[in-house]
Amino acid sequence: MRDYETIPGTYVFDGRRSIQGYALNMFCMSLNAAANRAAFKADPKVYLDGHALTDRQRQAVEARDWLLMLQLGGNIYYTYKLAAFDGLNMQDVGAQMSGVSTQDFSQMMVDGGRRVEGNRHIDEIAERTNG
Amino acid sequence: MAEVIAGVGTSHVPAVGAAIDNNKQNDPYWAPYFEKIEPARQWIAEAKPDVCLIVYNDHASTFSLELIPTFALGVAAQFAPADEGYGPRPVPIVQGHPELAWHLAESLILDEFDLTIANEMAVDHGLTVPLSVMYGQPEAWPCRVIPLAVNVVQYPAPTGNRCYRLGQAIRRAIDSFPGNERVVVFGTGGMSHQLQGERAGLINTEFDLAFLDRMVGDPEAQAAVPHIEYLREAGSEGIELVMWLTMRGALNPKVREVFRAHHVPTSNTSNGLIILDHQGEP
Repeated sequence: MRDYETIPGTYVFDGRRSIQGYALNMFCMSLNAAANRAAFKADPKVYLDGHALTDRQRQAVEARDWLLMLQLGGNIYYTYKLAAFDGLNMQDVGAQMSGVSTQDFSQMMVDGGRRVEGNRHIDEIAERTNG
Repeated sequence: MAEVIAGVGTSHVPAVGAAIDNNKQNDPYWAPYFEKIEPARQWIAEAKPDVCLIVYNDHASTFSLELIPTFALGVAAQFAPADEGYGPRPVPIVQGHPELAWHLAESLILDEFDLTIANEMAVDHGLTVPLSVMYGQPEAWPCRVIPLAVNVVQYPAPTGNRCYRLGQAIRRAIDSFPGNERVVVFGTGGMSHQLQGERAGLINTEFDLAFLDRMVGDPEAQAAVPHIEYLREAGSEGIELVMWLTMRGALNPKVREVFRAHHVPTSNTSNGLIILDHQGEP
């Protein structure tokens, strides 16, 4: 296990994830072009047919499941382009990935953010669960 | 000879750019941040650098998984604001400095820092937000800009030590440029933040304040910090802070802290701004 895999709730975008997520991320990247955004908006299914996503990646995109996209090789800077396409901001996405409402997530940020104490290592999470 | 007069470390949060672009600086959410950074704007208005060399990262705007240069130096005469997926920012086109940039490229590569050289490079919020932070909303940016893009999106980013040594090489290059340019080097990104996963929203103010202290007084110690510590302590996107070490490497070993601000939160990010110069040193 790599050292960073012991960080809970974190998907470090290494080479393995880059291999897995290449088509997914490059689909998101294509939304940088206004003409592609228009085409995706006009017919999402046809647009997605033009990208070699796996079935699960395509389902995650269609469901706008931001966490699952990361688990399938997505990188947040790429998937965020799809979120922006939908009119969402980073707090909407962060809220969904961490399982809370946007309002609660925003309040957590105003209150100083998610604390690092208890969130450094998967063992800390396991201890809490067992305790 | 050209001269490095100061370094600026600043976060490059897109929401800060949007707040400026949409004139929300006086909104209750944003006013405390913009009040804190006002002295930095006064400082740069007086310092009037000819050139800002901005160390930043591209966020899947110009570069993508198609091509991932670890360090890419922009040598063009102009750099347009990038469309990051929601239209380009309404900010001036960035004017480059091809002569100094090519001098940097030649000097750095012969100094064994093997950069990618970019003639066509749109610049995203990573570069334009720091300009907005420091200069507000001018009709044209009052300085020429040399972009130095660092890969921090695809793991692994260059080490903190490599970024620091690159900064030292940049200093040698600028010191040997036959011109009168007064240069400010920007290190951008961070501070602690995590945009992704179930741990999204992580902030570590203790880490950030210690990082600022080390930027002033012990950059060598910070340069030795491995990636795992940034990832675990400062969040997966907190790794951007290695780019501040390039700025610090370009300064004298001893610096004066001119200004410091720290504000939590700006969107999902702990926001830092520091100015270091060489005044008062022998």
